Amino acid sequence: MHATRDFSHFVKDAGSGLSHIDLAVEGVSCANCMSKIERGLSAIPHVTLARVNLTDGRVALEWKGALDPARFIDRLAELGYNAYPFESASAETAEAEQSRFLLRCLGVAAFATMNVMMLSIPVWSGNISDMIPEQRDFFHWLSALIALPAAAYAGQPFFGSAWRALRSRNVNMDVPISIGVTLALAMSVVETLGHAEHAYFDAAIMLLTFLLVGRYLDQNMRRRTRAVAGNLAALRAETATKFISEDEISEVPVAAVKPADIVLLRPGERCGVDGTVIAGRSEVDQSLITGETLYANVEHGSAMYAGSLNVSGTLRIRVSAASEGTLLAEISRLLGNALQARSRYVQLADRASRLYAPVVHITALLTMLGWVLAGSSWHDAVITAIAVLIITCPCALGLAIPTVQTVASGAMFNTGVLLNSGDAIERVAAVDRIIFDKTGTLTLPELDVVNSATIPKHVFDLAGQLALASRHPVAAAVARASQARAPLAGVVEEPGQGVRGTFKGQEVRLGRPTFCKSDQLANETLSLDPEASVVAFSHGELRYVFAVRQRLRPDAGATVRAIQARGIMVEILSGDREPAVRAAANALGVCEWRAGVTPADKIARINDLQRHGLKVMMVGDGLNDAPSLAAAYVSMSPISAAHLSQATADLVFLGKPLAPVVAAIDFSRKALRLMRQNLWLAVGYNALAVPIAIAGLVTPLVAAAAMSGSSLLVMLNALRARRVANGRS
Amino acid sequence: MEVLVILVPLALGLGLLGLLGFLWSLKNGQYDDLDGAAWRAIKDDEP
Repeated sequence: MHATRDFSHFVKDAGSGLSHIDLAVEGVSCANCMSKIERGLSAIPHVTLARVNLTDGRVALEWKGALDPARFIDRLAELGYNAYPFESASAETAEAEQSRFLLRCLGVAAFATMNVMMLSIPVWSGNISDMIPEQRDFFHWLSALIALPAAAYAGQPFFGSAWRALRSRNVNMDVPISIGVTLALAMSVVETLGHAEHAYFDAAIMLLTFLLVGRYLDQNMRRRTRAVAGNLAALRAETATKFISEDEISEVPVAAVKPADIVLLRPGERCGVDGTVIAGRSEVDQSLITGETLYANVEHGSAMYAGSLNVSGTLRIRVSAASEGTLLAEISRLLGNALQARSRYVQLADRASRLYAPVVHITALLTMLGWVLAGSSWHDAVITAIAVLIITCPCALGLAIPTVQTVASGAMFNTGVLLNSGDAIERVAAVDRIIFDKTGTLTLPELDVVNSATIPKHVFDLAGQLALASRHPVAAAVARASQARAPLAGVVEEPGQGVRGTFKGQEVRLGRPTFCKSDQLANETLSLDPEASVVAFSHGELRYVFAVRQRLRPDAGATVRAIQARGIMVEILSGDREPAVRAAANALGVCEWRAGVTPADKIARINDLQRHGLKVMMVGDGLNDAPSLAAAYVSMSPISAAHLSQATADLVFLGKPLAPVVAAIDFSRKALRLMRQNLWLAVGYNALAVPIAIAGLVTPLVAAAAMSGSSLLVMLNALRARRVANGRS
Repeated sequence: MEVLVILVPLALGLGLLGLLGFLWSLKNGQYDDLDGAAWRAIKDDEP
């Protein structure tokens, strides 16, 4: 059979005979890598563009004529970089576009602020000295000319969102902002027409600028997470081996596989599609789907799910069209329901504005009525009321939360936690119960040799060299644990049995206990550790047995203790068998656990806890966990998780340790404290400024000083979110 | 004070020029890779 790699799915037409592809590259971190990659790729004939984006860790390539994209990947591999074609998810493209729009708005608003200020300062000082009224009017008209179109453009993000909220009979933070800005501008125009002394164009446009800074920071934080997660997904290179004719196969990205295609699944490969087995017989590891670590047998007619790992035999699978009634469809249905339930959650900033908006608007109204009753004219009363609105406009409120979120998410990023949703921080801070999945979350996703201490070093090395010839996952675990690099020459694989070769004239074998004639030793090992899989090794008359299984994450115990020390209860819900879950729970000191739980049971348990008023955080990785991740108050996934789970989780953590879970809690608690402080700072500032406004003493100068003062204070306070006092344990 | 008629439009014109420059650089993708740009500036030319 002839095999090729086909990446044509990722190639885009860049016009005028050029083709374009984006590659995600692992480990580009400095100028050296950048020039090495760019020079290396440009050296390939017909390549017209090779440009590294260091921020995203991607390379953009363009070339003329027919070049096989696989060649670029091979070239990068020669240079020492792991790369894979990247297809940006539509969510990421939309975020990038949105972020660019916000930056454009910010540019326009900042330009207008600077120029209006340039005109305002002479007016402020002119009021003291000797500016003639005609000059002041001229400056006001110029300010209007700049501020009105700029506010109409740069205010779009706020006006749009406020309008959407009002239409669905809701109030969010953008409503008071929009009302404040619009009224301030309208009043200024009226005042300018009436040749009045004060106009508030500067205050309105400066408010928009500060708010856009907050909005942009918020957006940028989410975009960075998406970029990292997108790269990791691309580098996982989910491919399938597809039959393009009777005996010709081609390696294609999973996205290019269509229903009714036939794919080949070799031992050691993870299935990327849903389908039915049409030929072959094998054992598969479905732990990513069900949490069950015991292998399942499949043969002709069995259903295969994306995410299953093929263990022993080669399979041919027909990709299924509609997977209704399958496990995956059931999971997606539960997921949809759970997600809907959570969208009712209201963000802290919007909750604050729900209280804030009526208070401010009523204060303004009372101010107006008060002045009328005190005998002043309607005109003066309205002006004073609007001044109250401007001075209380939630400038600091708009910055209070995004700045803290940006700083805290940057700090979390450094400890290996990525935020998937903007409001995750406040929800994590409130958690009082954490539910862990076992397989792949408390344990590492790969298998590991557990009895390596009882095996002599030279035997281990030899077994590792032999194991390199096999694709069986258990053998792969032995090879990984021994850190063997050089495979033994002339090794033969006996299908379903193991591998054998010769070393210094003696036969060496690795595989099933019967294949290596060491059944008795294997049974002894299994009686000690019934959860393990065993693989036997024979070298002449020497016999050894390796016990292989998923090991707990190295710091799982310490993490669980640290979580409990923070007053949070820990619980384990797993789809795996009882003995395995009991062993893990005992090792970690967790007294509440359940085994053999289905996805629906997990949701039921979470809902039950939430009905009792507990805020539940779910930490899980499997496809079977996805619905419960969505049902929980807040959720977290390791980066090794199934696609769907990762997309659902509010936070994603990188690397082997479990410590990021604790870091996320610590940083979130600190961040929430700072957000509350910031909101109080904003309120306190208003408490000082509002009496001045009610007294009718607010000039544009006072408004500008109050606004920038409170914004600066809030931003400086937010910087404290970078550190947590008690550190990570 | 007639000088204002020249100075104010001049100041606004210069500001507008700056804004257009910013929008142009944004459209050109100059803010897409801020980390990379920092390194490119100090990169040695090819030998």
